[in-house]
Amino acid sequence: MLPPTIINLLYVAASILFILGLKKLSRADSARKGNLISAIGMLVAIVAALLTADILEPQWILLGLGLGSLIGVIAAFKVKMTSMPELVALFNGFGGIASLLVGWAEFIGFGQSSEKLSLVALFALICAVLIGAVTFSGSLIAWGKLAGIIGGKPMLFRGQKFVNILLLGGMLLAGYFILAGSLSSSFVYLTAEDAFFLLMGLSLLFGIMVVISIGGADMPVVISLLNSYSGIAACSAGFIISNNVLIVSGALVGASGIILTSIMCKAMNRSLSHVLFSGFGSGAGSSTQSKTEGESKPISSDDAFLVLEAANNVVFIPGYGMAVAQAQHAVKELADLLEQNGAEVNFAIHPVAGRMPGHMNVLLAEANVPYDQLKEMDEINPVIENADVAIVIGANDVVNPAAREDPGSPIYGMPVINVDKARTCFVLKRSMSAGFAGIENPLFYKDNTRMLFGDAKESLSHLVSEFNTQ
Amino acid sequence: MEAILLLFILVLSIFLGFELISKVPSTLHTPLMSGSNAISGITVVGALLTTIAASNCNDSDLRVILGVLAVAFATINVVGGYLVTDRMLRMFKKKEPKK
Repeated sequence: MLPPTIINLLYVAASILFILGLKKLSRADSARKGNLISAIGMLVAIVAALLTADILEPQWILLGLGLGSLIGVIAAFKVKMTSMPELVALFNGFGGIASLLVGWAEFIGFGQSSEKLSLVALFALICAVLIGAVTFSGSLIAWGKLAGIIGGKPMLFRGQKFVNILLLGGMLLAGYFILAGSLSSSFVYLTAEDAFFLLMGLSLLFGIMVVISIGGADMPVVISLLNSYSGIAACSAGFIISNNVLIVSGALVGASGIILTSIMCKAMNRSLSHVLFSGFGSGAGSSTQSKTEGESKPISSDDAFLVLEAANNVVFIPGYGMAVAQAQHAVKELADLLEQNGAEVNFAIHPVAGRMPGHMNVLLAEANVPYDQLKEMDEINPVIENADVAIVIGANDVVNPAAREDPGSPIYGMPVINVDKARTCFVLKRSMSAGFAGIENPLFYKDNTRMLFGDAKESLSHLVSEFNTQ
Repeated sequence: MEAILLLFILVLSIFLGFELISKVPSTLHTPLMSGSNAISGITVVGALLTTIAASNCNDSDLRVILGVLAVAFATINVVGGYLVTDRMLRMFKKKEPKK
């Protein structure tokens, strides 16, 4: 067994590795190395924890570590890239429940020891259980929505806000009872133990309630927020056992999650509280938008091919529909043929396209699209006038010009990719039905827009085969 | 005084976190999220410490079981998180120079 000083030095080393790893993870050319460095940091921290005290019954530790590693390895290698949002949501939830369980086990430990508890440790315990439980149940709901097990539409009912406030009040009260019951034996309303289970139950329910009212297209915000929570829960667990490395790394994750969350909110021009509590996408409040006039103009694949063949500058704008149709490989094939044909090809990625931050980038990377061909919204908008053809694949709200032009639209003010300013715009879509939230999209009726109806993957394959038979 | 010291560390870490990743290209949003999620599996350290303490003093079986479960969940988070992040990052390639 190592003396505490050495253990703490190892924790310092682990923290440094986490910090370096995260720094490198935020740059494309060094990201893989950064992930490796942070993994080494984790290994150092785990070894340090195992060398802290004599382990009399190692079978328990081995069981936990072995089972976790096995499931983790299988999950990491089996998952399809299109299912990445579900997996990230699930992992967030596991982080949350681990912190919750640590809090629970420590609570039992406190009950058995004769030592008087510090107020800070108790407060941290309440935070770890509360945040851990909300993260866990919220992530499970998010996972269910992303995997299509429960409907992606926001579930709203009368008095939902009232119920949420009631739950929150109950959680605070239960937390207070835990504090009061543990600190003074003369407190009689509820034992600390009962209050503990009350807090756990209410928090789990609260996590469900919060996420269930959020629509599928808002998932990028929810996932990054839950990511942040899993860090804060780990941080709270660190305060229970006064462990520095938990506090440092939990806080790092918490902060990075908050940054991502705010990037996502900005990309939708909405505040966090609006995303969480408005039930946006239920169709409510969209009555003020002006009705779009005009007719959409369909185009056949054959005609689309002729236009593309003559194009010198093509921009692809993918959205969640590309993920659903699994069309990323077909997109890449078409892009290659266009390049061989002498055209400049770029991909314009909206920050909230898809169901998690960076969703489109991962899918296109899987299809071997080099990342310097992926342009961010601010990069592409100033030059989109130069594009001969903008091809929208399964994206809707992120290319909606109503966000610029129609103050009555629910998404007015949201930054969008201005595909309507390209010379021609192809929209690959299954049918004319409005996308999420039923927001009208005047793009479909513009003079320079042509609708290419059908499954995105099939339409693309058709175009590819036309290029090939030429 | 220890609590204040821990709070001090917390505040500094939060600021450090904001500084470290204030500018992330959107290409890396998903790997950053799953990579930082793997870091949040650091709870595994807390889970290990509580399980060791519980199994050594052997007072409560429930506490040991909770500890083992916590270790298992946190390990899934750590192992799965790092591996899947690496799998994603392996796919990110720069454009090869044209011949």
